[in-house]
Amino acid sequence: MELANIEKLVEKYLNAETTLQEETTLKNYFTEGSVAPHLQEYAYMFTYFATIKAEVYTKTIALEPKKSKRRNYKWLSVAASIVLLFSVFIGKQEYERYQALKQFEQISKGLRLLSQNLKKGEQAVATLYTYENTVNKILK
Amino acid sequence: MNQSDFLKVVLPFKDKVFRLAKRLLVSSEEAEDATQELFFKLWKSKDKIADYNNVEAFAMTMTKNYCYDRLKSKQASNLTLVHNNYKEKDTPLEKQLEYQDSVNQVHLLIEKLPEQQKIIIQLRDIEEYDFDEICKMVDMKPTAVRVALSRARKTIREELIKKHNYGVS
Repeated sequence: MELANIEKLVEKYLNAETTLQEETTLKNYFTEGSVAPHLQEYAYMFTYFATIKAEVYTKTIALEPKKSKRRNYKWLSVAASIVLLFSVFIGKQEYERYQALKQFEQISKGLRLLSQNLKKGEQAVATLYTYENTVNKILK
Repeated sequence: MNQSDFLKVVLPFKDKVFRLAKRLLVSSEEAEDATQELFFKLWKSKDKIADYNNVEAFAMTMTKNYCYDRLKSKQASNLTLVHNNYKEKDTPLEKQLEYQDSVNQVHLLIEKLPEQQKIIIQLRDIEEYDFDEICKMVDMKPTAVRVALSRARKTIREELIKKHNYGVS
């Protein structure tokens, strides 16, 4: 391609009036060496554009892992809430059993105390009876 | 749409998405994360994709918006951008090195452009989309796209000339 033509295209290029085809022409001219010295800066630009386009995304695109991760969290929370419910239930049962035991002990202690005191009273009444009997005997 | 159909549609432009993300987010790692995230998003909305006649343009628009969001949150959390292909301009002895250095300069110059011009020059000069597609992707009028592109190209050229002191009239 002759230089005059390239210069015209470059002018259009700066004004963003070139078509994609014309830009390809420019790209070819400037990346294939032997550039006119007064157009050197375009060679830098087009070389840069070409090299940067060679850069690719090398990692594989993962579509699934995040999804399953999220599901795991969901199940984890469900499991945690079940465990919590269960432990609260068990704890409540244990607590009730303990309360009942305590109550039972208190009641039985009270009853024992009552029966002891009752025995004491009975003895006293028994002595009273013997006393009354002897008094009656003497008075007769 | 199953997984292999989906991949057949999206894989051809994965590199373009990646390069646009890298242009905006600068670091390769960020761009890789963004690409992965975008394709995951596309996969989730795969039912809608079937209705679009131009999935690629839609994906590029999504990329642009996603990167903008990333940049905003980055500014909010006050993280600094790191670019890894920056090279300090030393005094190269060989011409080959100097040439490579100037090519790298272009990268830095594009980095300094406003976001919008960055995207447009990426889409036009690197990915070679035609104007209609670019208008759709960036949601701008054709004349506005041309003005931005022209400005970007002129800025890069002028800066390059300034750097090299060619003294072109």
